[in-house]
Amino acid sequence: MSLLVNLVLLFFLLVMALAVLKTKHLFAMAMLFGLYSLLVAGLFVVLDAPDVAFTEAAVGTGISTVLMLVTLASIRDGHEATTHGKYRVAPLVICIFMGGLLIFGTHDIAELGDANSAPNREVAARYIEKGQSETGVPNLVTAVLASYRGFDTLGEVTVVLTAGIGVLLLLGKRKKIHVKTSGGGNGK
Amino acid sequence: MTLYFLIAAIAIMFTMALALCRALLGPSVFDRILAVNMFGTKAVLLVAIFAFFSGRHDLLDIALLYSLLNFVGVIAALRLVERGKFFANNKGHSVKMEDE
Repeated sequence: MSLLVNLVLLFFLLVMALAVLKTKHLFAMAMLFGLYSLLVAGLFVVLDAPDVAFTEAAVGTGISTVLMLVTLASIRDGHEATTHGKYRVAPLVICIFMGGLLIFGTHDIAELGDANSAPNREVAARYIEKGQSETGVPNLVTAVLASYRGFDTLGEVTVVLTAGIGVLLLLGKRKKIHVKTSGGGNGK
Repeated sequence: MTLYFLIAAIAIMFTMALALCRALLGPSVFDRILAVNMFGTKAVLLVAIFAFFSGRHDLLDIALLYSLLNFVGVIAALRLVERGKFFANNKGHSVKMEDE
């Protein structure tokens, strides 16, 4: 059953991705993006990663859909995407190259649910056995996230901070600057 | 018991496919919003069925989260349609938004 659900969800994902490419209404595009992340989150559930599914659902379906819709509400014109009908070669080549690299990279990843793979056999055991003495953090999850993968987490935090600042700059109302001058000066 | 879960899952996925068709084809914007809402509801049901099928009842929390987010998303979309009259260009474009 898990295989069937996987296949159907992946097929829906493919349809959705093609539809996002084809559609011209930005509103429909935003809604389809919401559906897309909902499907991805469903796939994460089937892959037995509920924490990732939580994050994906909250960020992808919730916040980013709302943000896209708010952006759409803020722009006056251009609720339709315009394309010129010309296909550019260089982005296509870059995309295919990157996709090929990613697919090539998957050959090194352990099989899903393989109990003999290195992450399941050695890495987790080492975290559990030596995590406390090596890092001195009582919580094991915190030890992995903040100590073993510290640079990873730092990068993520930087990305989130930058994105937050960007959104705030985009959404923040430009207030008029009032300079009150008291007295005889002719202020602006 | 697995057979029942399988039948229910297939039925739900079929409904998802129908809702997806409506979301892609849907002539008016309200069709799309309704289809997205329905798709989200079916995703909640699918996750719930999968939770009972795999015996991990904590996955039900995710189903609850989905329904909550689905609600928020639909409300946001409807707000946009409502305010679109004032924000979009003057042709009442975002209210009708027919496919060409």
